[in-house]
Amino acid sequence: MKICITSQGNSLESQVDPRFGRCQYFIIVDTDTDEAVAVDNLNKDGLGGVGIQSGQFMAEKGVKAVLTGNVGPNAFQTLSAAGIDVITGVTGSVKDAVEKYKKGGFKPGAGASVDSHFGSRGGER
Amino acid sequence: MIISVASGKGGTGKTTVSTSLALSLEGKVQLLDSDVEEPNAHIFIKPEIKNVENVSILVPEVDESRCTFCSKCQEVCSYKAIAVLPSKNGAPGKTLIFPELCHACGACSYLCPEKCIKEVKRNIGILEEGARGNVEFIHGKLNIGEAMAPPLIRAVKGRIDREKTVIIDAPPGTSCPVIASIQGTDFCILVTEPTPFGLNDLILAVEVIKQMEIPFGVVINRSDLGDKKTEEYCQKENISILMKIPFKKEIARAYSKGTTIAEGFPEYKKEFKKLYHKIKEEAEK
Repeated sequence: MKICITSQGNSLESQVDPRFGRCQYFIIVDTDTDEAVAVDNLNKDGLGGVGIQSGQFMAEKGVKAVLTGNVGPNAFQTLSAAGIDVITGVTGSVKDAVEKYKKGGFKPGAGASVDSHFGSRGGER
Repeated sequence: MIISVASGKGGTGKTTVSTSLALSLEGKVQLLDSDVEEPNAHIFIKPEIKNVENVSILVPEVDESRCTFCSKCQEVCSYKAIAVLPSKNGAPGKTLIFPELCHACGACSYLCPEKCIKEVKRNIGILEEGARGNVEFIHGKLNIGEAMAPPLIRAVKGRIDREKTVIIDAPPGTSCPVIASIQGTDFCILVTEPTPFGLNDLILAVEVIKQMEIPFGVVINRSDLGDKKTEEYCQKENISILMKIPFKKEIARAYSKGTTIAEGFPEYKKEFKKLYHKIKEEAEK
């Protein structure tokens, strides 16, 4: 099964990016084979509708769960329409997040964790 | 004649100038407050509101039973307001609409090959109109949290009566709501203050207005504060300084109570009339 972790860098040792739509990299991990691919987020500097586009990208990649710091309302709507689990509040390294996920340590969220434009303000509350 | 009052920097005196100008003129006058995000001219004009109307824009609604999830609508949307999730592994597709991102261009419904997108109204605010004496007053109030100001501004401007002297109190800045407000006007007054911030934003506003090819001039408010750099800039750029309003505590005190200069200090009425005549001359140049 494929999951995606938003990341500040392109390796498993990188820190989880607190933003979904405007994260630096998407790291897509196959939890069965541990194969990991880092994808540069081409939407990160978009003017608007970035969460939606990143959400569509997740659907395109066939991801079943997204692990990130925060998602806004439009991204959440897109991800849930695509049947993707959304797990927010994830911090630390990408590697640790994957391990914790595999052990069933996360529960999918039921809604957006932040308002619109959280990411375009730099991901600071 | 249609006169717009803009500024670049906020808080320089657009409403001070536009309300006093409106109240100083004889004959039929229309005052439009197009700062629909923060309208305030009514506080000074105190019009009797006679008509209130809802203003809406058209946003798409998809009939998913007929949608083939071809993504054409998503491709033509410049504002990413439509997301199509194609059908996958037997699961049906989905077409998501994000109405708050939609600029109501209509491309999606026009170009949908299945003709399964219809346009439905989405309310963005209200328009109110009324009058006080010889001044007809119109303004818009954008819903709280709403970002789509230009369609409401265009609705307010839809009330323009070219037989009257029209004054438009525009919002500050140099972005879409300002462009929507000053577009098509015969003359634009740029109100500024002689401070570094005032000058910085005045220069930005001048750049915009020159591109729009609208005749314009400058009113310097609180003209005896700050420095001489604004006047030097205007001289260098050959921009007319139409009027100077000095900084006076009495003017500020009256303003804080909702009293315009024209009413609180009637001796200024002739200054505002002079301003109007200068504008007429400049606009006809």
